[in-house]
Amino acid sequence: MLSFMLKRIAQLIPVFIGATLLVYFLVFATPGNPIEALSGGKPMSDATRAALEAQYNLDKPFWVQYGLYLKNLLTFDLGTSFSGQEVSAMLGRAFPVTARLAILALLIEGIFGIIFGVIAGMRKGKWFDSTILIASLIVIAVPTFVLGFVLQFVVGVKLDLVKPTVSGSATWGELFLPALVLGLVSLAYVVRLTRTSVIENKSADFVRTATAKGLSRRRVITVHILRNSLIPVVTFLGADLGGLMGGAIVTEGIFNVPGVGHLLYQAIQKGETPTVVAVVGVLVIVFVVANLVVDMLYALLDPRIRYA
Amino acid sequence: MPENQNFNPEDGLQMSKVRAGKVSKYKIDHYVAPLEETPLQAVDSVKETGKPLSMWAEAWRSLRKQPLFIISAIMILAVIVVAAFPQLFTSIDPNGQNACQLEYSNEPGRPGHIMGFNLQGCDVYARVIYGTRASLLVGVFTTLIVVILGGALGALAGFYGGWIDAILARLGDIFFALPLILGAIIVMQLPAFRENRSVWTVIVTLAIFGWPQLARITRGAVIEARDADYVKASRALGLSKFKSLVKHVLPNSLAPIIVVATVNLGVYIVAEATLSFLGVGLPGEVMSWGNDISLAQQQLRSNPMMLMWPALFLSVTVLSFIMLGDAVRDALDPKARKGA
Repeated sequence: MLSFMLKRIAQLIPVFIGATLLVYFLVFATPGNPIEALSGGKPMSDATRAALEAQYNLDKPFWVQYGLYLKNLLTFDLGTSFSGQEVSAMLGRAFPVTARLAILALLIEGIFGIIFGVIAGMRKGKWFDSTILIASLIVIAVPTFVLGFVLQFVVGVKLDLVKPTVSGSATWGELFLPALVLGLVSLAYVVRLTRTSVIENKSADFVRTATAKGLSRRRVITVHILRNSLIPVVTFLGADLGGLMGGAIVTEGIFNVPGVGHLLYQAIQKGETPTVVAVVGVLVIVFVVANLVVDMLYALLDPRIRYA
Repeated sequence: MPENQNFNPEDGLQMSKVRAGKVSKYKIDHYVAPLEETPLQAVDSVKETGKPLSMWAEAWRSLRKQPLFIISAIMILAVIVVAAFPQLFTSIDPNGQNACQLEYSNEPGRPGHIMGFNLQGCDVYARVIYGTRASLLVGVFTTLIVVILGGALGALAGFYGGWIDAILARLGDIFFALPLILGAIIVMQLPAFRENRSVWTVIVTLAIFGWPQLARITRGAVIEARDADYVKASRALGLSKFKSLVKHVLPNSLAPIIVVATVNLGVYIVAEATLSFLGVGLPGEVMSWGNDISLAQQQLRSNPMMLMWPALFLSVTVLSFIMLGDAVRDALDPKARKGA
């Protein structure tokens, strides 16, 4: 188990370097001299420009810039944005908000997705199953930002049930609606995956045995069918965490959530290499760690899977 | 060790099937019922006349009977016709001189203009009809590039293994760690893309981040097919390695590729709309569902229907492609056809 974990963590390093290098290169090639953006387009003396370029290492070639960035990263120095803020401080403010948002979304899609999926799977072909199948298709087909606007408009403005936008403190309650929007598409996938998996397992021999030895239907479903059906679902949820962090760009824009997606979108438009690369780096780490956790969960769900 | 760097619902399902010992390594073409369960007459009366149908012919036969397939195929055909000949469906040319009249700004629908007018007083129905082409172009061409590029690389990696496979796996890991929309936003900011924003730059951008998924799926399918007896036989008969890949392995690996490509076509259409909504997709003057939704969003509180119409067209189109993918999957997977 330990050697397996170490191996996976070692695999993380090339992925992290590759992804940050890719993003660093792309943002490096992006137009708009950041120094000009900094001065607001006003004329600037050559000496000031040179000093600023030296401060942000913009006068050095690409590889040197990236190398310096990596070196600073090892000392947990994420650099400063062009407006002079520490990137780590900006990330420190934004990350907990997006983490709350993503965790809420993951909980919503996990809990409702599995419950609906099990009920639909156990009643294959009945009205509940058909409703769930059609509803999930519709949810997958409608773009997230349309769902976001419609829910914001109907629930937030027309019915006035929740505040349509999120305040600076971004409490759990305020984040519920954005999290629902963020997680809805994945919820549809979780329902369909769980349903298929339950249908496959419910006629398995071990389920027949469990029923035959007189276990209650409840116990057969929760312990025998569900546990054996969860592997594809857990795989999906783990891979989805990274997608949720990316999808947050859209959701956070609609609901005005002061999170990572918001920060990232603004930084990309301003061409702020350190901020973009730092945020993407964090997203990559979250994604890889989530996948590592999923691999650990496999062994928990199915004792036949061992990590030698 | 389970490998789950990427997400693909089939992987998980496949895995659980393997665990239950249901999936054989080789494709079973003829089902032979076990003797002890079947009366002998039944075994003897098996019809031997006629050539057995190929996988594709059999899939087509079962597809034709599926209502899901018929509905989605008709809807997709309709969308293609609208995209190709928008002038057949509306007499108003939204690019014309008098297409938009400010006096009609935000007015609701009336005869001749069933969907009403947008902020600039343009007919919403005509815009939605003319916007079909951009969305469909993005979906179709992104899918084509992704299938050709991802399919070729995935097939080479799966068939030859070795260093090609290793490089591709690591490259795939890197791309997977970057969500599609995020990567696409960054690429669309590049000078070459930002200054030439068009349908084609959006297609290239989406393809850059779309191919690794298809490469993985192709790789998996090719690995499953490459050790089959018919491939070994073709090699024994003197076919070169590359030719056996093209003639035998690839045709037998196509099923999962087609399914994923069909579903992804819808995903790319949504991605284009999302990019346009974020202001980094198609340029504002190109008529597309994404741009129209983005414009309508600013008037959502005063004129919500303006957002609903392009969103409805977009969703129905995407839904058709997802349903088609579902139907094709059912048809190509004989186990699913018999009903789980």
